[in-house]
Amino acid sequence: MNVALFIPCYIDQFYPQVAIATLQLLEKFGCKVSYPLKQTCCGQPMANSGFEHLSTACNELFVENFSGYDYIVSPSGSCTLHIKEHLHTARHTQAEEQIRTQVYELTEFLVDVLKVQTLQAKFPYKVGMHQSCHGQRGLHLSQMTELNAAPFSKPGSLLNMVEGLELVTLDRPDECCGFGGTFCVTEEAVSAKMGKDRVADHVTHKADYITAADMSCLMHLEGILKRQKSATKIIHIAEILNAG
Amino acid sequence: MSHTKNTIAHADAAAVFNKDEARVNWHDKTLWFIREKRDKISHSIDEWEQLREYASQIKNNVLSNLSEYLQQFEANAITNGITVHWAADAAEHNAIVHRILKQHNIDRMVKSKSMLTEECGLNEYLEASGIEVIDTDLGERIVQLAAEPPSHIVLPCIHKKKEEIGELFHEHLGTEKGASDPEYLTAAARQHLRETFLTRRAALTGVNFAVAETGEFVVCTNEGNADMGAHLADVHIACMGIEKIIPQQQHLSVFLRLLARSATGQPITTYSSHFKKPQPQQQMHIVLVDNGRSIHLGKEDFRNALKCIRCGACMNTCPVYRRSGGHSYHNAVAGPIGSILTPNMDMKKNADLPFASTLCGSCTNVCPVKIDIHDQLYKWRQVIVQEGYAPTAKKASMNVMGWVLSSPKIYDMAGKAARWTLRNTPFVVNNKLNPWFKEREMPAAPKQSFKEWYKTNRKIHE
Amino acid sequence: MSSRDKILQQVKQHQPSTRALPKVEIAVEDKDWLADFKARLETLHVAVFEVSDNNSIGTIIQNNSKATDRIVTTMASLKDYAVHIDRVEEDAHQLENVELAIIPAHFGVAENGAVWVTDALIKYRVLPFIAQQLAVVISKRNILANMHQAYSRITNTNYEFAVFIAGPSKTADIEQSLVLGAHGPKSMMVFITD
Repeated sequence: MNVALFIPCYIDQFYPQVAIATLQLLEKFGCKVSYPLKQTCCGQPMANSGFEHLSTACNELFVENFSGYDYIVSPSGSCTLHIKEHLHTARHTQAEEQIRTQVYELTEFLVDVLKVQTLQAKFPYKVGMHQSCHGQRGLHLSQMTELNAAPFSKPGSLLNMVEGLELVTLDRPDECCGFGGTFCVTEEAVSAKMGKDRVADHVTHKADYITAADMSCLMHLEGILKRQKSATKIIHIAEILNAG
Repeated sequence: MSHTKNTIAHADAAAVFNKDEARVNWHDKTLWFIREKRDKISHSIDEWEQLREYASQIKNNVLSNLSEYLQQFEANAITNGITVHWAADAAEHNAIVHRILKQHNIDRMVKSKSMLTEECGLNEYLEASGIEVIDTDLGERIVQLAAEPPSHIVLPCIHKKKEEIGELFHEHLGTEKGASDPEYLTAAARQHLRETFLTRRAALTGVNFAVAETGEFVVCTNEGNADMGAHLADVHIACMGIEKIIPQQQHLSVFLRLLARSATGQPITTYSSHFKKPQPQQQMHIVLVDNGRSIHLGKEDFRNALKCIRCGACMNTCPVYRRSGGHSYHNAVAGPIGSILTPNMDMKKNADLPFASTLCGSCTNVCPVKIDIHDQLYKWRQVIVQEGYAPTAKKASMNVMGWVLSSPKIYDMAGKAARWTLRNTPFVVNNKLNPWFKEREMPAAPKQSFKEWYKTNRKIHE
Repeated sequence: MSSRDKILQQVKQHQPSTRALPKVEIAVEDKDWLADFKARLETLHVAVFEVSDNNSIGTIIQNNSKATDRIVTTMASLKDYAVHIDRVEEDAHQLENVELAIIPAHFGVAENGAVWVTDALIKYRVLPFIAQQLAVVISKRNILANMHQAYSRITNTNYEFAVFIAGPSKTADIEQSLVLGAHGPKSMMVFITD
């Protein structure tokens, strides 16, 4: 199966190890993975700020880069959701329509498409799982606490396959971390406070690591942990699933 | 009392609110407690999600037949002996209420909770005309004594600590100095307001639901203040937005099951009063208010915000609302629902509000009538930018970003430059001009991007 | 053009094409809901008494009140224990010093503990609100499961004013601390008869 690797811009630039882990993990499961070299960004930073009209060139570039694969996989719930919901070009091509249905966040791809039942990974730490809102409420990677519906978690089920890993229970399992794209600077005070409160929930429950299927949340939480000189670290879920 | 101060943008007001972190924690926890009660009780109803779907469908039907239902309601209400008034905007609404009071030579009135009258600025208007209005909902009375607007549509003084309320009551109601026990303070308010109820000849109430089929309207309270006011008055004035209509009486079952559970986690409010006809010798008036709603109805992307039943669940669950307080939304209706209703009324004044969200989507999930709140926030952002209400600096940076991200070469260069800067001259970004850095470290900048790594570690077929 | 016509015209012009009304169908378990009703009332801080006759109601009332208390009822069957009100004769304001009002209810709802009361049962609309304490008498044969059953029962009945009452008047406006007796009754009793 031909898989195109869609790596969000900030992962490419600041967290290459997350992209490497994603690539290696997919290769372990026998995928033929290509990384289209001309990719930049999904356009979400503009669109979420109300400048969707400025993301047209980005969208066209995306279609150019990602046409012709069986699947497109990304280690980001947020960017995946953006493509699914907002990838529109002026030409309304069939290619873009196809891309919107072919794009998967990594953990949903592992669970729903590859139907992963076991993992060789080992990660002997206490881990707190942060639910990114776009992954959870947008892509339904996990059940949402607001709804009266049966619980499930795609990333959670994968983490439970990792040897030695202990998931900690949080007081607020799906509260937003406050990153929110440009919100993190335009609403700095609330964003930082939300981040501090999220971090505190994990730290109180003695997590060694905070993990998530979205690096943007983790980048924000990492900034706070480092400022607090906390011993708790962040790690993307791809790195855990690819560990050991 | 004036609520029409210069508007402070949400982010600035929120920054002030966050200067007292202990208070933010308290505010957040108090509201989260209500969200948890809502979860618990809604999860105990097997058909909860089905009820939300029914409520949503009923409201969709209402919006699609609103003119017919309004006329049906009007005809039935008139047959029931109720006088029906129509107000195109806030000014007309206020003038109608004023006229009714004048006709009866009334200069003192009690009022139970009505967010519509907050929206219309009725209290200020009447006070300027020499008419005293006493809000009888305890929370509303508290904020009225404090000369503040409510900060929450269901819990008007959720931002106030009991010690502050004790201080207010000491000043205005003569309670003991330093007393802050909620039971003691409530008893004092009960005494004070009982005398008021017994001496006022006019009572104004809000309306939760108005039934087209029967011409009756339903008012829900826990305190019984709407009833104490209305039944003891010669004149009962009920004010409602035109979207409060529901088609049939049986639909009340769906909405009354959802409303209090969503609002406070109670199975039902203590009182759900059905007003169909005036008492003998009493006058009952209904004021049907448009004030921008009929315009809103025409906006396809945004019309279903008019399904709102004002339960406040979206506020209680909103992580931003909990940490910025209701007043930061500078409107009668705060929080996520306020942020999608108010740009329709005044886009310039409220251009900041759709951005006061992380688009986390929790609001949409708790909404008992399934309003797509966070999707509308996203759509309002596009409209606000298109209409030219985005700050200039933001426009410029977005233009640059759009340009960089549409070109792989420029993107690679810019990325490399940014990483170089972070590694070699971190003081360029690690300073107080960078809002990120205020409470967060910047990410470490690796020498190699993933793309660079990939080029050296994997075979490339270009 | 009048505001009425202007509003209606604008609404008509802007309302979307018709969306169908759903048929609300919620399955209800066929069982005796009395136990659920009682359990729910207790969570609402309501004192519940199952009684076999009016004498037992009278005894409980007498044990829970002082000789000087003004006790009124709209039930002729309880006139030995309270002043009977059988029609509206005076200004409602004179009810201001009523300590306890005893009224009947048409039915109770198990899912939320609410009782349905219409103006015919209370004579003065303000009575169940102005009394310091409220007692409601209800037959155990009239306990419904939920609000859907309640409105099926209400449809096509006559009232000018009616109210669901679920417990004593309350507020939590001060720091979310529950206080009973905001404006209306500070306490509530429900008598369940055969």
